[in-house]
Amino acid sequence: MQVNAKRENNILYIRLCGELDEHSAAQARHSADTLAESSALVERAVFDLGEVSFMDSTGIGFLIGRYKKFRRLGVPVYITNTPPTTDKILMMSGIYSLIPKI
Amino acid sequence: MENYMKMEIAARSENESFARSAVAAFALTLNPSLTELSDIKTAVSEAVTNCVVHAYRDNEENAKILIECKTETLPVQAHRGDRCEKYGVIHITVADLGCGIEDIDKATTPFFTTLQDDERSGMGFTIMQTFMDEFSVESEKGKGTRVRMTKKIKATENGEVKERVNA
Repeated sequence: MQVNAKRENNILYIRLCGELDEHSAAQARHSADTLAESSALVERAVFDLGEVSFMDSTGIGFLIGRYKKFRRLGVPVYITNTPPTTDKILMMSGIYSLIPKI
Repeated sequence: MENYMKMEIAARSENESFARSAVAAFALTLNPSLTELSDIKTAVSEAVTNCVVHAYRDNEENAKILIECKTETLPVQAHRGDRCEKYGVIHITVADLGCGIEDIDKATTPFFTTLQDDERSGMGFTIMQTFMDEFSVESEKGKGTRVRMTKKIKATENGEVKERVNA
């Protein structure tokens, strides 16, 4: 799993590419948290899931964990570009009430 | 016609991707749709992850996961309009010889997890139940856990096109 970031108009876009499962989550968590810590003064963080080729329930835990991290920094979090298979899991978990889809 | 496969893998997280891909590759013989294949992959990933994360946490010696799949094409045909549909079925068993689950009802409750601090969602069993057509789990303390899942694969006849999977 690759975690890339770009900053545009005070919005931090975090793009996940590849498979997000229990094995890849630790590294992805570390990368995303490093980005969070260096995200001073961003207005919001947006997780772009467009390139996620596989995700299981580990992804739910991953996203809620990052949501908590950003919330401590006062940064609201959003999700965008969810592929249908990933959407099915996220929808089931009710995560969109915490992290809205844009 | 029946077909089967059996495999044994070490209960290590780096095998999760291999396990779900292997089962998905085996399921391809039933010509599943992309959605059906993705459901199978996700459910297998959840079952295997459970074995890796929970089954052997007290004793990592000889930590292994046994996966068995059986496919069959059902002779029963359901008529819908003027179309005639056949179903293929894949039965998947994911088993470990680990610590077992103390309370299966609790474990299969949505959002229940024994590892709250680990960012676990507690949705694994719920996803298996939702994504597959049949699901059951049996477990014995100190002996292990066995998850059985079945997925129906709709096959269409008369040249009807469904979203194809590029194998």
